[in-house]
Amino acid sequence: MPLLKQGHVVEDIWVKVEDGDYLPDDRPALISHARWEAERDTLQKRNAPLGILLPNTADILAFGPEAGRFGVIALQFPKFSDGRAYSQARLLRERFGYRGELRATGNVLRDQLLHMHRAGFDAFEIPRDDAAEVFAKALASLSVFYQPTGDGRVTARDLRLRHLLREEAAE
Amino acid sequence: MYQYDQLDQRIVEERVAQFSDQVKRRLSGELSEDEFKPLRLQNGLYLQLHAYMLRVAIPYGTLSSKQLRGLAQIACKYDRGWGHFTTRQNLQFNWIRLEQAPDALADLARVQMHAIQTSGNCIRNTTTDQFAGAAHDEIEDPRVWCEIIRQWSTFHPEFSFLPRKFKIAVTGSPNDRAAVRVHDIGLRMHRNDAGEVGFEVIVGGGLGRTPFIGKTIRDFLPKQDLLSYLEAILRVYNLFGRRDNMFKARIKILVHEIGIEAMREKVEAEFAAIRDSALRLPEETIAQIAAHFAPPPFEALPAGIAPEYAQAFRTDFDFGLWARRNTARHKQPGYAIVTISLKKEGEPPGDASAEQMQAIADIADRYSFGEIRVTHEQNLVLPHVKQADLPAVWRALKAYELATPNVGLASDIIACPGLDYCALANARSIPLAQQIARRFRNWERAHDIGELKIKISGCINACGHHHVGHIGILGVDKAGEEFYQLTLGGSADDSAALGDILGPALNQARTVDAIDTLVETYLQLRRGKERFLDTYRRVGLQPFKEAIYAAA
Repeated sequence: MPLLKQGHVVEDIWVKVEDGDYLPDDRPALISHARWEAERDTLQKRNAPLGILLPNTADILAFGPEAGRFGVIALQFPKFSDGRAYSQARLLRERFGYRGELRATGNVLRDQLLHMHRAGFDAFEIPRDDAAEVFAKALASLSVFYQPTGDGRVTARDLRLRHLLREEAAE
Repeated sequence: MYQYDQLDQRIVEERVAQFSDQVKRRLSGELSEDEFKPLRLQNGLYLQLHAYMLRVAIPYGTLSSKQLRGLAQIACKYDRGWGHFTTRQNLQFNWIRLEQAPDALADLARVQMHAIQTSGNCIRNTTTDQFAGAAHDEIEDPRVWCEIIRQWSTFHPEFSFLPRKFKIAVTGSPNDRAAVRVHDIGLRMHRNDAGEVGFEVIVGGGLGRTPFIGKTIRDFLPKQDLLSYLEAILRVYNLFGRRDNMFKARIKILVHEIGIEAMREKVEAEFAAIRDSALRLPEETIAQIAAHFAPPPFEALPAGIAPEYAQAFRTDFDFGLWARRNTARHKQPGYAIVTISLKKEGEPPGDASAEQMQAIADIADRYSFGEIRVTHEQNLVLPHVKQADLPAVWRALKAYELATPNVGLASDIIACPGLDYCALANARSIPLAQQIARRFRNWERAHDIGELKIKISGCINACGHHHVGHIGILGVDKAGEEFYQLTLGGSADDSAALGDILGPALNQARTVDAIDTLVETYLQLRRGKERFLDTYRRVGLQPFKEAIYAAA
């Protein structure tokens, strides 16, 4: 599946390995959360990069401290209307300081891309040829943001406070 | 009142552009109805029995005269000349065509309005006391906090796909006119022992098919922490709220299932982690928003009753009747709050014609600093009227059939649109409301009965708030026939309570008679100045039950 990463369609270098299947030790592999829990001791010795598919029911506060050891954390949207992964994403980025790839998988629709990006996702499994185009369009659809998230966008409140400071400086 | 700056304006305009593109994709067939549905719902567009319905957000029920005129124009241009004010302090247009919806939204944006988050599983329009900024018993103007919540909740990226819809209400008065105990989150402003003003935070209240009175999760929250605390509650709900069953997905079920103590533990832990984040409100930001709600330039008038008002009250019976029911005490000497009843006999509760909206806008400009409020009881309010102007305001309203003197009386009924419009309803609400209103058309009797809140829902979703009606009426379907189940003793104010079921449901004809019988029973039992609710609370269900079912 094509992967949209930082706005560009790229080849997905990560291979998804089913539970019980052989885990290649020479290339980046994505495993399930269940496998990580069951085989943690062995997997910790692995040299090749490891990614994880985290269900949206996983206890994110318990998982968070381990996040840094994964090259990719793939969060899931079983339906676009199931928004648990937005909270998981923000917690991983803002609470646990996760800096690796945060991938949106499942029912990822163009009209949700901006929300996902604001929550901290930087990679999207979005099965359409014009993925890069719709992504650019989605990100440009709004230019003012009311609430602070960890995405670095300047909020309306900050802009207003700066305006206030400028006014005070002018007086 | 709040005026958009260029940032607010840009957001609503960008939203219109986005939705126009989505409608274009739908009309061209690129989007199926299934794919389009969540997008249109996020713009307040529902597909109802006969047409599309557009629900317009009226943030915390506050309108300027310019906005009300804008709504009147939209009613004429895109609807059949009517608007319907709802229990969420919003406005619905019932006859919108899909291809015109983007134009209607563009017209709304021109008067700083929108339909954002008026449906869908997101944070909905925050509601408050319709007397905010005018009420004599107010600690602080709750609209400042409603606006802060509005901005925070608009396009919140984390909370746009919650398990279910989410409603927040704020009251700035000890006398709760915003029904904060029956909301997902209720915020009640009060002073702590140190004299500081903050919020009691109430969570997990709600009506619908499983009604609950909300529970206090925090006694006192400092103001600057409001958004951190709300974000903590919403995050816990988003992660832990049930998604396996739509009917168990509201936060009230989560609170009920895990208990308020476990809920508090989770929320407080999350709050502790984000309390000092960018969500903390700087004093300057609070002051910037509060400046929008500075009191209008009131005249300095003597305390006591204005002579012009007293004179008219004595000499004109009809005026006196209206003034007694439809005006309330104002915090500013010499001023009054006027409630405009949208419950004229024979009209659907909450409906106003475009002509009436224009007239109210003109009256507001002349007598109420251009301000209008929408009440959750589906009436309108002129918040700042000089007492001396009351006779003139009454005459002006009367000319447009807007002076029905029934606020708080038996004919001031809350009713959902019901089976006449709504795809979910089991039974009609509006015709029943009209029949009950007709039954209590005698003003002498109606005023003798006094405050009586009758609330009608056409189905279990409880849009008509029947659980908290002094008399609640729920439409049910019995083998294809419309029946109504009655509840007694509900209340949405500071003594919030859910009504008790009276007995088996009745058909429509018997329902109207039964309401009459309940009222007669009350009149026989009441002591002194007791309201229906007071008598009910004293004597209980039994005498009422006997009166209705004993004969059968």
